[in-house]
Amino acid sequence: MTTLLTILFDGVAYGMLLFVLSCGLAVTLGLMNFVNLAHGAFAMAGGYICAVLVNQSGVPFFVALPMAFIASALIGLVIEQTLYKHLYHRNPLDQVLFTIGLVFMAVTVVDYIMGSSQIFIHLPAMLEGQFNIFGIGVGRYRLMIIVICGLLTLGIQLTLANTRFGSRLRAAVDDPRAASGLGINVPQVFALTFAFGSGLAGLGGALGAEILGLDPYFPLKFMIYFLIVVTVGGSQTITGPFLASLLLGVADVAGKYYVPKLGAFVIYTVMIVILIWRPNGLFGRVAQR
Amino acid sequence: MSADHGVGEISLRRARWGHGETAFWLIAIAAIFVFSDRYLILTEMAWLGLFALSLDLILGYAGIVSLGHAAFFGVGAYCAGLLAVHGIVKEPVLALVVAGCTAMVLGFATSFLVIRGSELSQLMVTLGIALLLRELANKFSDITGGFDGLQGIVIDPILGLFAFDIFGKVGFIYCLVVLFVLFLLARLIVHSPFGLSLRAIRNNPLRAAAVGIPVNRRLIAIYTLSAFYAGIAGALFTQTTALASLDVFSFERSADLLLVLVIGGAGYLYGGLIGAVVFRVLQDLFSSWTPQYWQFWIGLVLVLIVLIGRERMYRGVMWLPRLAMRRMASPNRSTP
Repeated sequence: MTTLLTILFDGVAYGMLLFVLSCGLAVTLGLMNFVNLAHGAFAMAGGYICAVLVNQSGVPFFVALPMAFIASALIGLVIEQTLYKHLYHRNPLDQVLFTIGLVFMAVTVVDYIMGSSQIFIHLPAMLEGQFNIFGIGVGRYRLMIIVICGLLTLGIQLTLANTRFGSRLRAAVDDPRAASGLGINVPQVFALTFAFGSGLAGLGGALGAEILGLDPYFPLKFMIYFLIVVTVGGSQTITGPFLASLLLGVADVAGKYYVPKLGAFVIYTVMIVILIWRPNGLFGRVAQR
Repeated sequence: MSADHGVGEISLRRARWGHGETAFWLIAIAAIFVFSDRYLILTEMAWLGLFALSLDLILGYAGIVSLGHAAFFGVGAYCAGLLAVHGIVKEPVLALVVAGCTAMVLGFATSFLVIRGSELSQLMVTLGIALLLRELANKFSDITGGFDGLQGIVIDPILGLFAFDIFGKVGFIYCLVVLFVLFLLARLIVHSPFGLSLRAIRNNPLRAAAVGIPVNRRLIAIYTLSAFYAGIAGALFTQTTALASLDVFSFERSADLLLVLVIGGAGYLYGGLIGAVVFRVLQDLFSSWTPQYWQFWIGLVLVLIVLIGRERMYRGVMWLPRLAMRRMASPNRSTP
């Protein structure tokens, strides 16, 4: 029973992390139908920036996290404005080719600068080890992830539901043409959202370095996970990807614990079955196009 | 009725064997004698060309974007490897056909999943299938050898007559012959009414369905055929290199394949073959510059191709040859 709860806890932490990592992609795919396979590269950038700040410059971990967020958001903004902007109206094949090219370049550049081995971020002592609550082993680091990611999710949900920017974004998601007809500056909304999504990915990369492992092949290794979250969750709401990430996180941790021989096999099978059963995602609405 | 006649006329003219094509294959044959110290890279170009041809059939003619075409390549490769290791089918050509058919069965089974849904779910499903197979090959390591790959593949002489030599000459000629035969078949297929109906589907599935083309059945057929071609390419890879390891299923292989086809251009069959030659030459060049980081340049090429625009790039590259062709063709056209 206690192992079950520990697995559940680890799975939720993992799932929350996946959500923060991939919710930027949900917006990119949902808003502009842009197939961004390079999303993981932004996460990797955040992770490496945090690692360099903490390990080499001695910046405290909790200061490095927001800096990783800001740096990845800036990188995202620059790349969106210079490159991605021109590709929104291209066909998916062009977008796939372009973003794969970016991933290859990011992987080799990081390999060149930082070396190909996995790196770890030195964590403050207060985050190491675990404590027991009613006999359940709770890792301090994972608890922190759940708290941070939970707050972020709540913040994103409130921003989307209650602020003016949120309603503009939702309008642009539903129908970009009508939204721009109403005077909403859709490209600007999108640029800001893209930057924010990249920032979140970078923060996720920094937080996840401990759990997911950080090496130059990060964008390729986790690309499929991000895409699963978005396609299974549907890209038109924020709760869809959230539930999908929790599902994926718990299923992955439980799968690795109970049937280690099958490995990622379960995840891929479930994804294909869900896509066959509901091509627009478990929680997605039918596309209006 | 007259419009129908016109379409038939045009497609018949397109189907005719041109001078350029003869020249292409003559150059390929000449390569056997000219580059006699480079058989290994030539062999690689041949099976890569066949692999790209298989992607061209679905991407260029039917408009299906696949991120996991390596699935069929890998099945063909492992199939040929297992047949040779366990001595089930000793003769390479027969083993090639068996491997191709195995991939074809898989292609048929998965085609139902792929033709459903939007382009995004197409990408996801093809990618998922390739990853799934890689995971399977990894888990059943007692059969496939897992991460180390299949050990002890020995390929018998082709048709019992031509043994593979150490320089790879026989291997290259073998690949070239297989490529040529399958190319002729593909050429026949894409210029048939069936091929024309595929192009109609690519351009507009809704209208194609409206004029009475059974869209789904045609897509399943071409996807299955393409899987057969990819399986043969994989089997050629295993037979000429005596290797079959997990990386036959890797995402990089599918991504590189897209690049190969994009370099050559999709939708006229030669694109894959030309792309394979250019890609291998580029890869060779890049790895001689920066052995560890050649993937950077591959990525840069992809990014640049998309930024320049594929259409514009081909127009730029084809400008000189087209001019020459027009010069050559114009005297013929004036005579009635």
